[in-house]
Amino acid sequence: MSIEAKNISKKFGQFAALDNVSLKIPSGELVALLGPSGSGKTTLLRIIAGLEFADSGTILFDGEDTTHRTARDRRVGFVFQHYALFRHMTVFENIAFGLQVRPRNVRPSKEQIHDKVHELLRLIQLKNLAGRYPSQLSGGQRQRVALARALAVEPSVLLLDEPFGSLDAKVRLELRRWLRQLHDEVHITSVFVTHDQEEALEVSDRVAVMNEGRIEQVGSPDEVYHHPNTPFVYNFLGSVNLFHGRMDDETPAIQEAETGDLVYVRPHLLEIQRQPNGGSHFRATIKHINSAGPLVKVEALSEWGAPVQVEMSQEKFHELQLAKEEAVFIIPKELKVFHKAL
Amino acid sequence: MATTLPLSTRNFSPARRVATAATGESAAVRWVLIGLAVSFLTLFIFLPLAIVFSQAFAKGIGVYWASLLEPDALSAIRLTLLAAGIAVPLNLVFGVAAAWAIGKFEFFGKSLLITLIDLPFSVSPVVAGLIYVLLFGLQGVLGPWLSRHDLQIIFAVPGIVLATIFVTFPFVARELIPLLQAQGQEEEEAALALGASGWQTFFRVSLPNIKWGLLYGVILCNARAMGEFGAVSVVSGHIRGRTNTMPLHVEILYNEYQFSAAFAVASVLALLALATLLVKTVVEWRARRQQAESARWNGEEQIA
Repeated sequence: MSIEAKNISKKFGQFAALDNVSLKIPSGELVALLGPSGSGKTTLLRIIAGLEFADSGTILFDGEDTTHRTARDRRVGFVFQHYALFRHMTVFENIAFGLQVRPRNVRPSKEQIHDKVHELLRLIQLKNLAGRYPSQLSGGQRQRVALARALAVEPSVLLLDEPFGSLDAKVRLELRRWLRQLHDEVHITSVFVTHDQEEALEVSDRVAVMNEGRIEQVGSPDEVYHHPNTPFVYNFLGSVNLFHGRMDDETPAIQEAETGDLVYVRPHLLEIQRQPNGGSHFRATIKHINSAGPLVKVEALSEWGAPVQVEMSQEKFHELQLAKEEAVFIIPKELKVFHKAL
Repeated sequence: MATTLPLSTRNFSPARRVATAATGESAAVRWVLIGLAVSFLTLFIFLPLAIVFSQAFAKGIGVYWASLLEPDALSAIRLTLLAAGIAVPLNLVFGVAAAWAIGKFEFFGKSLLITLIDLPFSVSPVVAGLIYVLLFGLQGVLGPWLSRHDLQIIFAVPGIVLATIFVTFPFVARELIPLLQAQGQEEEEAALALGASGWQTFFRVSLPNIKWGLLYGVILCNARAMGEFGAVSVVSGHIRGRTNTMPLHVEILYNEYQFSAAFAVASVLALLALATLLVKTVVEWRARRQQAESARWNGEEQIA
C-alpha cells in the first residue's frame, strides 16, 4: 500500500513540530525518516499511524483519504521505541492480542491464532520463548516480539519508531540487517524513524532527511549521501569539516574568509602530504592521532587556527609515518560548496 | 552488630561500607531510637488493641456473642456494610475515571480537579456532615422540596451513604493518579493500533497494569468507609436499629455504661481493621514485587 502525506502541519502549543510537510511513499518500499531529535520525524510517523492528528493536511493510503480515521481503522502495524509490550502477558499472548480482540465474526479460530503466532515466533527466531514474560527477555528479543505483534494483524503498512534506538550497538547492527531481510521477504510498505544516519543509509530504500519540522531532502541513500541538496543534509550524513572559502577562478579554494561561501569537506576526502602538489592546499599542524579502528583519525590545526579532521587508511598512515606536532600540507580531494544565498 | 565487629571481618561491599560509615549511628543511638519507637507503638497501638479485646471478653464469651447478635447491633453491622457496599464501588468507578482523566490527558482546570479530589482529606468530617444537613435537612436548601416529595435523606440511610461517599472518595483516585502518570500510554496506543476497542484496551491492558494500586485504594477506602464516625454522626440522628452504624453504636453503648457490649462491637471493627491491614500488607508486597520486576525491565531498557 502506498502512503502519501500532503501538506501536513502540526503544532504542539507554540512549537511547530511539522511545517507543511509532504512525502510520498511508494508501495513496498522501506523508507527511513532521518533527523535529529525535535525534527518532527516521530510526529510525522504518528500522524501516518493515526496516533496523532495533523492540524492541517491529508494522509492518503493507496490514494484513499484516511486523515480522519483512527489508528484502529487504519490497519497499520506500529512498533514503539520502548516496545510497549503488554507486561502482564506472555510472548504468545502479546503476539496473539491483535487477533484476539477482533470482533467475533472476523476473529480467527483458536487453532488459527495458535498457528499464526507460532509461524511468527519462527520468523523472529524465538520459538522457545512463547511462555516468557517481557521482563524475562533481552532488549533485542523484546523488539522482535514487538515486531511480530505488529505483523500478526497483517497490516498494510509497518511503522517503526526508533526501532533500534534503545539497543546496544551490536544487537542494533544485527537487528537492522534482520529487518532488511524481513522486508525483502514480506515486502510490506515500511517507514522507520531514526536519528542514526548509518542505520538509515544501510537499511532503507529511500531516506527522507528531516530538520526543524521540514523535509530537507528525499532520495536513495546514495543520492542523499553523495548529492546532498542542503548544508544540513551534508552535515547530518556523516562527519564533516566546515570551512569558509572563496571561489577563485571557478575552482574553490579553502581560505579563511569571513564573507566566503560555505565549503564542506568530509574527513576522508582530505589528503595529508609533506609537499604541496601545486593545487589547492593549506598548511596545518598535527595535534592528535587516533589509529584504533579501520581508519586512522588525525586531528590537525589549520594555518588559520581552525581544527581539521582527516581520515586515512592504515596503509596510507604507515606510509606517511606522521607524528604529533608535525607541519604538513592538507589537500582537499573533493569539496562541496554551498553558496551563501542568504 | 556490624559496627562492633573489627573492620576486617565485615563482609560488606565497598559501597555499602561507605554508606554505613557516612550515615550510620552508634549502637546506643540506634537502641534508643528503636526503643522509643517500640514503646510508643506499645503504648498507643498494642495496649489499646489488647484492652479492646480483653474488655470485650471481660464478662465471658456468652455476653460477647449476645451483644453482637442483639438486633440493634446486627442492624448497625448491616448498615455499616450497606454504606461501605455502596460507597466503595461508587468511589471505585469515580476514582478510576478521575485518575484516568488526570493521569492520561491534559486539560484546562486539571490542578483544580486534583485539589477538589483532596478536599475531603482537608475538611473536617463534621463539616462534611454539616454540608449535607444544610443541603438536604428540613431547614436546608433542598429540604422543602424533598419533604414535599416525601424523600428523607438526613437522619436516614441515604444521608449516611452520601456522607460516607464524601469522606472516602479521594482514596482510589489518589492511589491511581501517580501510577497512571508514571505508566504513560504507550501500551494503550499499542493496543489501539492492534485494533482493540476502547473497552478492550481498558479491560485487557490498562486494568491489569493498575490492579494492585486499585486494590490498595479500595482497601483503604473500605477501611475508612466502615470506620467513619464524624460525618456519619452528624447526618445519622442516632436512631437505634435504623440509622446507627457500628462506630455510632459503639459510642451509644459506651455512653450507656454497657462497656462489654461496646467493646464487643468495637472488637469487630478492630478485627476488620486488622484484616484490612493484613490484606493491605499482602497487596503491597505483591505490588512491590511486580514493581521491582518492571523497574528491572525499564532499567534494562535504558542500558540496552
